[in-house]
Amino acid sequence: MALIGTSRRRERAAGRTRRQHEPRPPVAEPGTPVPVVELRDATVVYPGGHVALERVSLEINRGEFAFVVGPTGCGKSTLIKMLIREVEAASGKVYIAGRDIERMSDHKVPLLRRRIGTVFQDFKLLPNRTVYDNVAYALQVIGAPRSEIRQQVPEILRLVGLQAKIHNYPDQLSGGEQQRVSIARAFVNHPPLLLADEPTGNLDPETSIGIMQLLYRINRTGTTVLVVTHDSGLVDKMRRRVIALEEGRLVRDEAISGYHDESTTEFAVRMRQELGVGDEGHTNGDTH
Amino acid sequence: MSRITFFISEAFRALRRSAAPSVAAIVTIVVTTLLLGVLVPVLRASESKTSDVREEIGLRVFLYPDATLPEIKKLQDEIRGIDHVEAVNYISKKEGLERLRGDLNDDLKDSLDELKSNPLPPSYEIRLDDPDYLEAVQNDLEPAGASGKPKPISPLIEDVNDRQDARQIRDVTGAVKIVLVVIAALLLVASLLLVANTIRLSIYARRREVEVMRLVGATNWFIRWPFMIEGVLVGLSGAVIAVAILTLGKVTIVDPLADNFALVDNFSTVGFLPLVVVLIASAIVVSALGSGVTLRRFLRI
Repeated sequence: MALIGTSRRRERAAGRTRRQHEPRPPVAEPGTPVPVVELRDATVVYPGGHVALERVSLEINRGEFAFVVGPTGCGKSTLIKMLIREVEAASGKVYIAGRDIERMSDHKVPLLRRRIGTVFQDFKLLPNRTVYDNVAYALQVIGAPRSEIRQQVPEILRLVGLQAKIHNYPDQLSGGEQQRVSIARAFVNHPPLLLADEPTGNLDPETSIGIMQLLYRINRTGTTVLVVTHDSGLVDKMRRRVIALEEGRLVRDEAISGYHDESTTEFAVRMRQELGVGDEGHTNGDTH
Repeated sequence: MSRITFFISEAFRALRRSAAPSVAAIVTIVVTTLLLGVLVPVLRASESKTSDVREEIGLRVFLYPDATLPEIKKLQDEIRGIDHVEAVNYISKKEGLERLRGDLNDDLKDSLDELKSNPLPPSYEIRLDDPDYLEAVQNDLEPAGASGKPKPISPLIEDVNDRQDARQIRDVTGAVKIVLVVIAALLLVASLLLVANTIRLSIYARRREVEVMRLVGATNWFIRWPFMIEGVLVGLSGAVIAVAILTLGKVTIVDPLADNFALVDNFSTVGFLPLVVVLIASAIVVSALGSGVTLRRFLRI
């Protein structure tokens, strides 16, 4: 599955040559021709000379669920911004589904962003639109037909557990619910890659689990999920692949695979146990 | 098709929601359009009036009554040879009296008839091709003599006069022209800045929306259209309101005045319809461009 409509042949050729001289991290789903994300010595320098990312190389394969951790200012958010080409790499290569996005022309960037869902700490919802309209917006903007919007939006809102709040405005929702809307918006057109920048940064631990659970469920549909967080405690307990950054450099990349077959409910139960929060078995809805 | 309706509904939604900035933008456009709508005809009128007045500026050369006709003809040719003199018109004593009679009202005409003889001297009326050379021509006609006093070039000349305080009129009309042009330029610049600034404010209030649009992969033109349509709607409504006020003013104030006010009816001013069309078109273009240009800042990839 190609992220962007591009020459398949070029992707495969690129994939083959890469495989020969670089060890690949454990593959979630074997047979994937091209990593969803591939960085090679990517360096980002902000105006003023601050080096936000320095020679970062990594690969993330299709269907993976990976965390990016590190202290504030380590370049985590820059990594996300680089992947949607909000910032450009000063040197090195950034491939999304085998496509070098640094060489992509500006007018193709919106097409790239349509194939990548993004979730942020501050939700970035439009305050004067209802939950439905906020999610529908993502489809309207890419010119989806009205019939598709009418069918997809309630469906995705059911998936995130907000079908009852479809006509509420964001300020009538809790933080966790707002983040669910934001995830629904990011996922409504089923992008192959979902990026989440501190999705639980504003939320309490119990609500955070609900959000992580939702992201995990999205991951189970085959979507590659990359979650940026500074909460390394939570990440360590979840035992997923962890990419650690420090001062813009990659300092750790541990791929732990072992929870591939669990259901999201088991996932939540175990997380609650490990985090030491109540285990009454909340599935959706958040506690305030 | 569904896109166009989406753009238009987004534009209307934005207008409805950010009512205060929209009203501010509309009022700004109404005021500036109104000012331009009043000022442009006034400028045109005073400009044409000024030009008329300037054309009348000239010199009057009075001769001694005993000058003979050949002498007069010779001097007339001589004066015609001076730079910047466009025409030299001889006015005999009799003609001078006739002219005076024409300028006066009935009461004074009667008193003219009581005169026993014609007291007016024969004279030349000199028209210049450019009133700015008034002094130069006057100097040529009576250059300063040895004593420093002006001495006419011919013994026939009794006196050289500015016609109708020509010098003053010329200076005033020149100043009026400059002032009008400066006012018009300032107003135009001010209104452009005002409109651009108001639009910038209303877009700045919605930069978050632009951010989200970019995030979900809207193309730049997709983001721009609703704002441009909004700009057009603001410009159009502002211009229509201004034109309505202008029309009202024209019908109730200017038109009745024009019937009995001599100054107004010989104005060569701009037609009302072309004025209205230009005003509406420029209001729309300025607003739409203002939106588009302001957005550029938010749209860099």
